[in-house]
Amino acid sequence: MFSLGLVSLLVRRNLIFVLMSLEVMLNAAGLAFVVAGSRWHQADGQVVFLFILAMAAAEVSVGLALVVQIYRRFKSLDVDELSGMRG
Amino acid sequence: MTSLLWLIPALPFASALMLALVGSRWSRRAATALGVGSIGLSALITILVAVDFFTAPPSGGSYTQVLWTWIRVGGFQPEIGLYLDGLSLVMVLVVTFVGFLIHIYSAEFMIEDEGFSRFFAYMNLFVASMLTLLLANNLLLLYLGWEGVGLCSYLLIGFWYRDPANGGAARKAFIATRVGDTALSLGLFLLFTRLGTLHIQDLIQRASEQWPSGSTYAVVAAFLLLGGAVGKSAQLPLQVWLPDAMAGPTPVSALLHAATMVTAGVYLIARTHVLFALAPSAQFAVAAIGAVTLLLAGFSALTQHDIKRVLAYSTMSQIGYMFLALGVGAWQAAMFHFVTHAFFKALLFLGAGVIINALDDEHSIFKMGGLRKEMPVAFWTFLIAGCSLAGLPFITAGFFSKDLIIWDAWSAPQGNPVFWLAGIAGALLTSLYTFRTIFRVFFGPLGTPVSKRPGYAMTIPLLVLAFLSIVGGYLKQPVLSALHSVLPATIETHAAILTEGWSEAIAAILFLIGLYFAYVFHLQKRRLADTLVANPVGGMLHQWWLADWGFDWIYDKAFVQPFIWAAQVNKSDFVDAFYTGVAWIAELSYRGLSRTETGRVRWYAAAMAAGSVLFIAMVFFK
Repeated sequence: MFSLGLVSLLVRRNLIFVLMSLEVMLNAAGLAFVVAGSRWHQADGQVVFLFILAMAAAEVSVGLALVVQIYRRFKSLDVDELSGMRG
Repeated sequence: MTSLLWLIPALPFASALMLALVGSRWSRRAATALGVGSIGLSALITILVAVDFFTAPPSGGSYTQVLWTWIRVGGFQPEIGLYLDGLSLVMVLVVTFVGFLIHIYSAEFMIEDEGFSRFFAYMNLFVASMLTLLLANNLLLLYLGWEGVGLCSYLLIGFWYRDPANGGAARKAFIATRVGDTALSLGLFLLFTRLGTLHIQDLIQRASEQWPSGSTYAVVAAFLLLGGAVGKSAQLPLQVWLPDAMAGPTPVSALLHAATMVTAGVYLIARTHVLFALAPSAQFAVAAIGAVTLLLAGFSALTQHDIKRVLAYSTMSQIGYMFLALGVGAWQAAMFHFVTHAFFKALLFLGAGVIINALDDEHSIFKMGGLRKEMPVAFWTFLIAGCSLAGLPFITAGFFSKDLIIWDAWSAPQGNPVFWLAGIAGALLTSLYTFRTIFRVFFGPLGTPVSKRPGYAMTIPLLVLAFLSIVGGYLKQPVLSALHSVLPATIETHAAILTEGWSEAIAAILFLIGLYFAYVFHLQKRRLADTLVANPVGGMLHQWWLADWGFDWIYDKAFVQPFIWAAQVNKSDFVDAFYTGVAWIAELSYRGLSRTETGRVRWYAAAMAAGSVLFIAMVFFK
């Protein structure tokens, strides 16, 4: 699932899809924590997953706000075109 | 009244500061009033102090005024302190008085110059530095004044800075004197480390207690001080800067030659004469340098075309006389010659300034002529000064002082007949080149027409100085008695075959011979002078002397050219190579790294992923 997210992050050019694949990767990491927690009978895995969830919510809100701003400014969501920071 | 002593250097200094800061916004009248007035007040205070000094002599023959302690580091605490005795008093009197006359003169001379207030600021600073030098009670303060004088000479020689040649002359003066200054500062270090003080009187006392006559330290210290004196006073081998220093405005030359700067070296040696007495070889070197310089400069003066250069060489020659006198132990004679020389040399330069100004900046004496009728004031004053310089017997000041030196060159303890011969030959040369100038400039057919006549501000200083150039000779007794408490009198030990009267008579005869030859070559049969130059031997000598005995050439080959060569070889400084390399590597890595900054988010994400995989792999397969 993590690999899936990573690949789609690399392949997709639309910023919204990029964000979504980031979410996928986060969920993959969270799932890994939960699974690891149940495997070794420890509650820590679920606690960390809750943290990840909260962090993901915050990140998505900031990320979507940025996406809206970027779309307003550049009229595009193609990440390859947004390369104004080229060295 | 003597407590006003500190005002003497402080007034010109304050005025220089004001002129430098706000002078450019003032009217010329205000700048003149301040610039000339400060020196005038200084001269007035000096006279008051002098009256007080002579009517109620301070105990011990000297007066010290300590203003404050300058620095306090360990055992080293030089003061800002002034020291007045017969020697410094005589010098200060001459400097302020002649300086004042030159300032009055320059108020008119420079009136059309755009840098009027700047000029007065420099001139005042020049006088202030010289007064600090003269009145300092320790060698460090003296050194401050010494450097100040050097700085002002640089500023004033390069005063007309638009012409690069003037800037070159200024730098030459600065560098040549700097060589001497370095020697002087080394001398100060040596004196301080060995004797533990720079206070002049303590120093002299400790030196005479701790060092036996001819001890190594005394000799080295005396030679280092001599190095400084040689640089400032334009003696062999550092004399090259003086003729080029004529690039400055004429009043500057007058001030530089008569009152300030070049006499600083003479003063330094006279001030530390005890040290020189402890080092007979150094003292002999002083006399030898003086004798050689006075002859070389005399020959060079015979060939110059530029009226100011003739005078410059004559200054070198006269300072040579002073060095000769110092070297043979005739301290008082040297200082007396300084006094008379200040009068007539200032007059000669100011007269030359009047002439040059009147002839639209014509400097060559061969293009002048017939000015006797055109400019009577300039003629008579220049004639008086010239006679004084050449030593017209019994009337002029120069005769008394110079013949005293010539006589002492043989009869003084360290004197010998060779020095006497050099002195007497110098007298002949002096007479020759002086009257050569006078005959060329004032007699014969009219050369360049006169376009401008001097006003009162220029003629009055001329007349006052002319008066002093004549009566200066009668100041012999007062001057010598003022110096008596400071400088030991000359004991005439050598049983010379001559008496003083005969020595004077020979000098007088040589004066007449010089006058006659100058008359023949430069007035009566001018063609004779040309044939002399046309003659191969004569022409070669002429070229050689004209070029200052090739000293410039030698220095150019020995120092300037190798320096330029080294600079060219080392243009890409090898020390820099390392730093250039660092910069090069930084630039290279910048180029490489900026290639990776594509601005594509997906590339970054891919690189991060790849990096993570790599690190995890490294952890796993270690």
